[in-house]
Amino acid sequence: MTPLTVNGTTHQLDVAPDTPLLWVLREHLGLTGTKFGCGMALCGACTVHVDGEAVRSCSAPLSSVAGRKIVTIEGLAALAGRDLHPVQQAWIEEDVVQCGYCHSGQIMSAAALLAKVPKPTDADIDAAMSGNICRCGTYQRIRAGIHRAAALAAK
Amino acid sequence: MASFHSIAGFHLVTGAVVIVGSAAAMISGCAADASRTTSSESAAERARSQAAFVEIAAVLRHPRCINCHTVTDFPRQGDAGRRHAQFVLRGPDNHGVPAMRCNSCHQDSNQENGVPGAPHWALAPLSMSWEGLDDNQLAEALKDESKNGGRSLESLLDHMAHDPLVLWGWNPGGTREPVPVPHETFVRRLEEWMATGAVSPEPSP
Repeated sequence: MTPLTVNGTTHQLDVAPDTPLLWVLREHLGLTGTKFGCGMALCGACTVHVDGEAVRSCSAPLSSVAGRKIVTIEGLAALAGRDLHPVQQAWIEEDVVQCGYCHSGQIMSAAALLAKVPKPTDADIDAAMSGNICRCGTYQRIRAGIHRAAALAAK
Repeated sequence: MASFHSIAGFHLVTGAVVIVGSAAAMISGCAADASRTTSSESAAERARSQAAFVEIAAVLRHPRCINCHTVTDFPRQGDAGRRHAQFVLRGPDNHGVPAMRCNSCHQDSNQENGVPGAPHWALAPLSMSWEGLDDNQLAEALKDESKNGGRSLESLLDHMAHDPLVLWGWNPGGTREPVPVPHETFVRRLEEWMATGAVSPEPSP
């Protein structure tokens, strides 16, 4: 049995240790907010937090995250101690989303950025977010959303 | 008339002088031969040392090694050494930037989906960048403890022989070409280079 703490709850998992975290979350724990996009760490749709760092869950085997603290999109607001994480609030206020598929990952990456860089520049945003791709092309809205989230978080 | 004794003594002395003289000549001749031998052995050993390093350099310049020993603010990918996709950056600590750390994607082992991995996956510090260096500069950089992470030759050998991230170069996973020189051969060349004085190849003209 492998212990895994996800969104504050510790689970004992009878899952093969080489199972990617993405499938542990979706299929074994029913947390389907984290998305499969490419399965090869190329799109960022599967981004979660592991001990506060953004990690692509499609490429992280269970064995590599056992005993560590996982936060998914479902647990992000609780992480901030609010009804909505500032990034989620900003995403609504700035109308960031189109189809929505990439945005679990976008939001998780943005939240990880703001946790380390509370007032990111456009260059910081480029560096942090270039690995999260959006087929709908909402990049300008994502940038605006991150700047708005930084302002909301500062309140 | 000289007495027998004095004649004999003369011969004795003369003989002794001859013997001593011959011995001296032999000794100085041997010394000369020895210094010539030492000199040619030294030259041969130096040449062997330099030749060993040329083989070592071929490994260090292979994409599996030099893609992370870059002089740039980003890592490289592939056998062509193209810029790493997704605007991956070195960051201030050689481990990426917030939300795009090296271990955001790279874990401790190669993954089935083709993403490579090894323990402490990261860029080598800029002091250990090898791009653009000729054989002489590469050898000097390797030996320079102010650049190589404070490693003595012995600890450098240990690093090359045992560090799992170094060993990844020979087991890179996916369709990546491993370092073509066998690792055991690489380590032997390092040992040979170090045992012969770790001599750097001559600087390029």
